[in-house]
Amino acid sequence: MKFDKPAGPNPIDQGKVIGKPTDRIDGRFKTTGTAKYAYERHDVAPHQAYGHVVGSAIAKGRIRSLNLAEARAAPGVVDIVTWQNAGAYGTLPTNPARLLAGPDIQHYHQAIALVVAESFEQARHAASLIRVDYDRADGEFDLAAQAKAAEAGKANAVPPTISKFGDFETAFAQAPVKLDARYTTPDQSHFMMEPHTSVAAWEGDTLHLWTSNQMIGWAADDLSQIFRIPRANIHVSSPYIGGGFGAKLRIKSDAMLAALAARVTGRAVKVALARPQVPNNTVHRPATAQRIQLAAGADGRLLAISHEGASGNLAGGRPENATSQTRLLYAAPHRQTIMRQTLLDLPEGNSMRAPGEAPGLMALEIAMDEMAEKLGLDPVEFRILNDTQVDPQDPSRPFSQRHLVECLKTGADRFGWARRNAKPAQTRDGAWLIGMGVAAGYRGNMITKSAARVRLETDGSLTVETDMTDIGTGSYTILAQTAAEMLGVPLSRVTVKLGDSTFPTSSGSGGQWGANNSTAGLFAACSKLREIVAQKLGLDPALADFADEKVRVGKRSLRLVDAARDGAIVAEDAIEYGDVANKVRVATFAAHFVEAAVHAFTGEVRIRRMLAVCDCGRILNPKAARSQVIGAMTMGVGGALMEDLGVDQRFGYFVHHDFAQYAVPVHADIPHQDVIFLDYPDDKSSPMKAKGVAELGLCGVGAAVVNAVYNATGVRLRDYPMTLDKHLAKLPMIA
Amino acid sequence: MKPFSYERVATPAAAAAAFAAHPGARFIAGGTNLLDLMKLQIEQPAHLIDVQDLPFAQIEPTADGGLRIGALVRNTALAADPRVRRDYGVLSKAIVAGASAQLRNKATVGGNLLQRTRCPYFYDTNLPCNKRDPGSGCAAMGGISRIHAVVGTGAACICPFPSDMSVALRVLDAAVETVQTNGTTRSIPIADFHLLPGDTLPVGEFALQPGELITGVVLPPPLGGKHQFHKVRDRASYAFALVSVAAVIQPDGTGRIALGGVGTKPWRSGAADKLIPRGAKAVAARLLENAMPTDLNHYKILLTERTIAAVLAEAKG
Repeated sequence: MKFDKPAGPNPIDQGKVIGKPTDRIDGRFKTTGTAKYAYERHDVAPHQAYGHVVGSAIAKGRIRSLNLAEARAAPGVVDIVTWQNAGAYGTLPTNPARLLAGPDIQHYHQAIALVVAESFEQARHAASLIRVDYDRADGEFDLAAQAKAAEAGKANAVPPTISKFGDFETAFAQAPVKLDARYTTPDQSHFMMEPHTSVAAWEGDTLHLWTSNQMIGWAADDLSQIFRIPRANIHVSSPYIGGGFGAKLRIKSDAMLAALAARVTGRAVKVALARPQVPNNTVHRPATAQRIQLAAGADGRLLAISHEGASGNLAGGRPENATSQTRLLYAAPHRQTIMRQTLLDLPEGNSMRAPGEAPGLMALEIAMDEMAEKLGLDPVEFRILNDTQVDPQDPSRPFSQRHLVECLKTGADRFGWARRNAKPAQTRDGAWLIGMGVAAGYRGNMITKSAARVRLETDGSLTVETDMTDIGTGSYTILAQTAAEMLGVPLSRVTVKLGDSTFPTSSGSGGQWGANNSTAGLFAACSKLREIVAQKLGLDPALADFADEKVRVGKRSLRLVDAARDGAIVAEDAIEYGDVANKVRVATFAAHFVEAAVHAFTGEVRIRRMLAVCDCGRILNPKAARSQVIGAMTMGVGGALMEDLGVDQRFGYFVHHDFAQYAVPVHADIPHQDVIFLDYPDDKSSPMKAKGVAELGLCGVGAAVVNAVYNATGVRLRDYPMTLDKHLAKLPMIA
Repeated sequence: MKPFSYERVATPAAAAAAFAAHPGARFIAGGTNLLDLMKLQIEQPAHLIDVQDLPFAQIEPTADGGLRIGALVRNTALAADPRVRRDYGVLSKAIVAGASAQLRNKATVGGNLLQRTRCPYFYDTNLPCNKRDPGSGCAAMGGISRIHAVVGTGAACICPFPSDMSVALRVLDAAVETVQTNGTTRSIPIADFHLLPGDTLPVGEFALQPGELITGVVLPPPLGGKHQFHKVRDRASYAFALVSVAAVIQPDGTGRIALGGVGTKPWRSGAADKLIPRGAKAVAARLLENAMPTDLNHYKILLTERTIAAVLAEAKG
């Protein structure tokens, strides 16, 4: 199905199943432990051996010698796989660091070996007996220094990406009110609950990989390249995933090493990364160094906006584009964004939930708070004043929909924003200083082809198959809701099968594109099934109404199940996008409100209340969507207050690489959260009229927290995370 | 995890015999710290002696009106004991400020006293650490030292001591009772139980002889006064102290204060206690008079003063 004009009325608009706050259809499996995650796939291949990844102890250099003798002799060891004995394997252009290193080392904890043994404990013990001699080389690990050099034109890994409209310099120089401030965000880890895990087995020249992966199609493509076998000979299965946040978009060392070791040993091999290996072995969100300049007239209208951002990565790695949202969020005639990328020898930086926008808004939305104060304007009013309904770079291109102003107004009203004292450090509650903060959120809406198959079974039930993944988001449920709505059956009559490369290739999960695209793909397949069913029943497909397990045209009403009298009916199709979204800007918007308390003596920050108001198209399942946003808000609090991988500049690695050192919020940190969805179907996004929601929930949260802290204390913080040591010395005197 | 053998003993004599048969063996009770360290190859004992069946799981009054707490009393039970809550509130508060409910259910008093440091460099066997690998150096010095100690540091180690419970025991002047392998018992004042790292190797940690077993902790008679434990950390729960203040403040404004998070051991000074009526600044200055902070943990000096101020303000209120 081609989506080449805005969606007209369609069966999804009925809202009988879609739009209802539905419990997860896979919830029972998860709460009873019967949803099998990759490490629990004991039954898929017999005689599984256990692999333990050995990570490099240095950040850069070369392995001089590798002594495996003692490890090989340890009890239970089946084999040890290194670059020396793994056999031929290819590399991936999408991986700036090889998944199996040697003898050259590109980053700390880069995999150098996999010890395969009869038990997990034996593999781990033997791994500790491997003796490695390294030639350590000097590396570059200091983003601050590299960003400074890049700004001076001396250290850019690639030419800066510059976007300019109008004459920023002149407008900024002449404006009556201006801000010029620098902000930093640290390296962050996805740290999903389930580490990267795979079981691999070869069956002739076919590779089976039972894994935990967000993008089945990409995984199959990558494995096909690595092992130089046709994609048809690759089978990837990932039905349940314990979180990803982007860390599982691409296959990681667990998958590649399990497959290599399975080839070397002739056994099925199971590998899970140990928790302390996750940050340095896999990917992380790169740190950023940002500079924002804002200029406004005395009336509060922005005249000029500049946002510069720098990040670092290995050669061939991607930048963390913190400036992207700044091109589209606020009106101003003169504007520029400059994105610089530098080379660092830290582990690979890659997408983490709302890549670009999350750290970009952490800075931009503090700057907006600072500017509002300079102008003597309420921060909500200031944002409303500078709203734009068109792409500020191309006024002929409107947003398909943009209800940011309504988000801000609704939020202000519901949150009790009027009670906020505009003057900081005025509100006390016992030993606590109280403040409120606001930030806007923006995240694009990505569209990508997505296919699905739907089968009307002979008993009248439906089976949906697509390689779409459910990374804890609720994909199973919204796909079931889509099929139920389209074919007029109860939710209980739909079975959804996901995450298998033998199913049609979907959008996968990432970039908050999964819900809209995968359901649109299923919409296409269901539309096709409706046609076939109507024809089978001798009804005009254009007039057929599917409801209550019946198909009706006028007064003729036939049972859906009768269409499958002679056998199940299968329909498969994909949604493919034309240029609808090229003529308009399709995006998602939010307003985040936070009330924070700061201990007047110790500077400890505690969040009291949070509210997100989201404008992100039709909400397919308000319960699942709310969970996504609440999770994202929680992640935003972590990013604002505590998360920091901590780069040791001497050794070139992330020091905080386990849950003891890398703090994320616990329940006690998050007392009250609420979410409001404006729920405006967007006919330019897809036939589902839905958009992304999971990343929008994070965009702006960090700045709302920091702005609330400022309102509480009067101390402005610009370097994340905002730990108490950064404002303690500047806090008001204590009685 | 290195392969190890395991046995379970029921008497101190059997524990001593087991230790004699397996030099280098480690005692295990709750296992909440030791097992983690074994999985990470930081502790690699060849033999474990499980002491959970020893008869040290009671809390009982002493002749002079204090309390004897068996080494195997679980942290949860100790914090919830009505006598502890009534007469030694600072101890109860300190315990519930630590770890998680699940860990406190499992962890014992003896094990809590013996917690190893949470220094991130101690936890990564690729990195130098004099505590884990004497002579390899201290990566925390010049490294990411935001959580590290500012007082009691030595030339070879700046590890903070992590136990909250021990800070409360320090302010209460508790004593640690032990039995040695030859059957001799002794009582070690809590002030002497945790060692400064010192300037020579190996890094000092605990005042126990090889095979010496903690049997209990004795609390002196109740002090009265207001008992407080203020723990400052990076999140609201389940995090180690950046700074903690254990305090017992009397109605006349005198009292005692011990610090956690700032020292290589629970930190207290009799001279500082005498300054309590003069306020937080004087007390903090005396407690931290020989502080050697790094650029990253210098904030603990001010944080200590302000946390003591919070505690004193609360005591008045």
